[in-house]
Amino acid sequence: MPSLEHIANLVHDWLNAQFSPGLALFFEFFIIGVLIIGLFSILGLVLIMMERKVSAWMQLRLGPNRVGPKGMFQTVADTVKLIVKEGMTPDGVDKLLFNLAPFIVMIVAMVIMAPLMFAKNFQIWDINIGVFFITAISSLSVIGILMAGWASNNKYSLLGAMRSGAQIVSYELSAGFALLTIVILTGDLKISAIVNAQSDGWWIFKGHLPVWIAFVIFMIAVTAETNRAPFDMAEAESELTAGFHTEYSGMKFALFFLAEYVNIFVVCALGATLFLGGWQPLHFGTGTGFNRVMDYIPSSIWFAGKTFFLIFVIMWFRWTFPRLRIDQLLNLEWKYLLPISMFNLLLATLITIMGWHF
Amino acid sequence: MAFLKKYFSNIFQAIRSLTTGMRITAGYALRHGKEKITQQYPDNKKTLVLPERFRGEVVLTHDENNEHACTGCTACELACPNGTIKIITKFDVSPEGKKKKALDTFIYHLELCTMCNLCIEACPTNAIRMAQTFEHSVFDRNKLTKKLNNPGSKIREGVE
Amino acid sequence: MYRETAIVNESEVTGDLVINMGPQHPATHGVLHLVVHINGETIRKVEPHLGYIHRSIEKMSESLSYRQFIYVTSRMDYLSSHINNHACAMCVEKGLQVEVPPRAQYIRVIMDELTRIASHTLWWGAMAMDVGALTPFFLAFREREMINDIMEETCGARLTMNYMVPGGVMYDLHPLFQQRVKEFIKHFRSKIDEYDELVTGNIIFQNRMKGVGILTKEDAVSYGCSGPTARGSGVSCDIRKLYPYEVYDKVQFDEPLETAGDSFARYLVRLQELRQSMSILEQLIDDIPEGDIQAKTKAVLKLPKGEFYTRAETARGELGVYIVSEGGTTPYRIKYRSPGFSNLSALDHMARGGKIGDLVAMMGTLDLVIPDIDR
Ligand code: SF4
Ligand code: SF4
Repeated sequence: MPSLEHIANLVHDWLNAQFSPGLALFFEFFIIGVLIIGLFSILGLVLIMMERKVSAWMQLRLGPNRVGPKGMFQTVADTVKLIVKEGMTPDGVDKLLFNLAPFIVMIVAMVIMAPLMFAKNFQIWDINIGVFFITAISSLSVIGILMAGWASNNKYSLLGAMRSGAQIVSYELSAGFALLTIVILTGDLKISAIVNAQSDGWWIFKGHLPVWIAFVIFMIAVTAETNRAPFDMAEAESELTAGFHTEYSGMKFALFFLAEYVNIFVVCALGATLFLGGWQPLHFGTGTGFNRVMDYIPSSIWFAGKTFFLIFVIMWFRWTFPRLRIDQLLNLEWKYLLPISMFNLLLATLITIMGWHF
Repeated sequence: MAFLKKYFSNIFQAIRSLTTGMRITAGYALRHGKEKITQQYPDNKKTLVLPERFRGEVVLTHDENNEHACTGCTACELACPNGTIKIITKFDVSPEGKKKKALDTFIYHLELCTMCNLCIEACPTNAIRMAQTFEHSVFDRNKLTKKLNNPGSKIREGVE
Repeated sequence: MYRETAIVNESEVTGDLVINMGPQHPATHGVLHLVVHINGETIRKVEPHLGYIHRSIEKMSESLSYRQFIYVTSRMDYLSSHINNHACAMCVEKGLQVEVPPRAQYIRVIMDELTRIASHTLWWGAMAMDVGALTPFFLAFREREMINDIMEETCGARLTMNYMVPGGVMYDLHPLFQQRVKEFIKHFRSKIDEYDELVTGNIIFQNRMKGVGILTKEDAVSYGCSGPTARGSGVSCDIRKLYPYEVYDKVQFDEPLETAGDSFARYLVRLQELRQSMSILEQLIDDIPEGDIQAKTKAVLKLPKGEFYTRAETARGELGVYIVSEGGTTPYRIKYRSPGFSNLSALDHMARGGKIGDLVAMMGTLDLVIPDIDR
């Protein structure tokens, strides 16, 4: 069966045979760009559809069911509507920043994709500081949000952007600490090394207590970092109407919307990679029949399955919980998550030094 | 120590309360489709039954001989708080040559009606009733002004 | 000299940021317009601006007969329209000195309590939505829809029923009514615990609600608050208990009181009221006496010269109906004392010093229905 690794290698070999190495690299860049953009649009469509269906199930509704079979094309129709809608730039806004902001948020979401490992040996860039790269880049998206809020020249937008700034900056800390736990256990920042270290068991099983704590903290922190309910302070539709993107419409709004979902995908993919073994199949013991059956499932399916499970959990949060207040949000971070994750980091270090993990 | 105890008990209580809520929503998500609170309105048109008392619009009941029971007494017009009904009367001349007041045109402004049922209550001969139709939207507002008595209809024998 | 008379923009002096919440805003549930002065996230001052949905119901009623003016009151507090109609009908009956037949009294009280449950369930959903939980809204609608169906079957309409007429009720109960109500109570008893698990016990919700929008007992009295808003501050003000009308003196029920005076207290009062209303329904539904549903009244009602005032406990508080009659067929003057208006007036006092998120939570627990405030 042709795996994604196989196809990638074929393309690479063929390009190198046809062209000079420099030109081949250029073509590879081009292909990757197209693929990423394609992945983006597909992710947007699928995740928005998924969100609607999940919310509908939890709320005893049917969800979209008119466009296409079982409403599958509803998001496509919505996208078409957003594309043909006029992209308004209101008077009184800072035109440059206003129009730039959605693209910054979007580009940041795209760049984080680089070190992710989508399947066995299938990765855009196996950078040796993978985890660090992701944490560093993801904090840039706050700039886009602040820009959008400031440039909109709208009080609601400004409040939303300021909230978002405070929130993302603080939650990055505990998300970072949670990631560090895994980095300490593995001893490497490279994504491929982290995944390979889990070939005899996922960190969530091997690392026991510190990893469980880190996992919970990670899920909470990334929910906050992606501005999702119950931490959707920046949007908070019942308080700030739509927060930082109040003034946006048409495709520019769609870019924010898309970036939100892609960000969710990225953080969930990261969570799946670090805690749930990335593309590694589920194994119990060694050499049993169960393990062999699990090996037959392609690695890309494993990765997607885990990622979508985590995405479901984040959606589950959204459709269950009320929203926090901004001061409680910061309390939660500085009084609970941060101290706990610091102690957890010490614990993880201790466990690694003493070799107490499995 | 007491502080730490409180700190951790807070955390555990919080997690417990949150998981309780998540259990409920997950339960609904898993049982989806069994219990639905929404109706698929245009699709269920055939099976949609409205209770007989539902007030959709005022109609003047005609029987199979195209006869109604309205005497043109204008009690409904007076009872209506919104000026929805306008009764235009005429004088029928009976074979004996006696003049009798009768209904000429029953004008009903659906756009003004609040379905309050006061006209029905007021009618002494039960000539009008509420129909269960509710799809009243039209493109032209004038279409909402209706003439309720059928053309050529007359008052039923024996209704005073 | 000019300086003194010039209109100074207050926010320019204090340096506050002024935001307009509403008239189109997701949290104001209608067309309430709040001018909110904030400093950072902290609220300095809230000014409610009214008038966006003023339909001059009081003035309009002066040209309507005593049978006709009742239906308009359904459009005031549209969530407790039965109770509004009821209060008006009682006022007319007081003027006419007619005795309502016992069956009609029972039916009226049952309808009132059903309306209260419907109104409180909707409030519960909307309240949870205000603080950001969207799922409870749909769960609340599930219960409310059952009541609406019962209403539709008996009264012919779902929201603005116009079922109470001077002297009784418009039609007799639907044959299936009692069975439906019992089914509903059975269903709701099992679901109301879910409400508690999903929202009341939730730590985030409690943190959002506790200690927010505190209204002391004295303030509640001085602002004229009534209903669950005042009872959350420990003011006993249930008209059904203090001045029982119809058959409320025959049923056993408690008046839930909380003393904290914060949003959570008001929330708890309403949830307990749901349970109390169910127990009232259970007590009444089985022994509705047989008999007339309307007292004999003249076709054209004429109230004697004088002033008449009745009050009733709506889902939001005390509704007063005040009719001045000159002896004719139409009222000379009508005044409604709507609960929402007084409750809203306490908002500024409650909100000062809170956060924007708190303001939303406070408005949620005040259970504002804007047409009731504006009339
Ligand atoms: S239902 Fe009410 S508003 Fe409509 S015509 Fe009859 S009396 Fe008038
Ligand atoms: S419908 Fe009834 S009340 Fe109206 S004019 Fe005819 S008979 Fe009189």
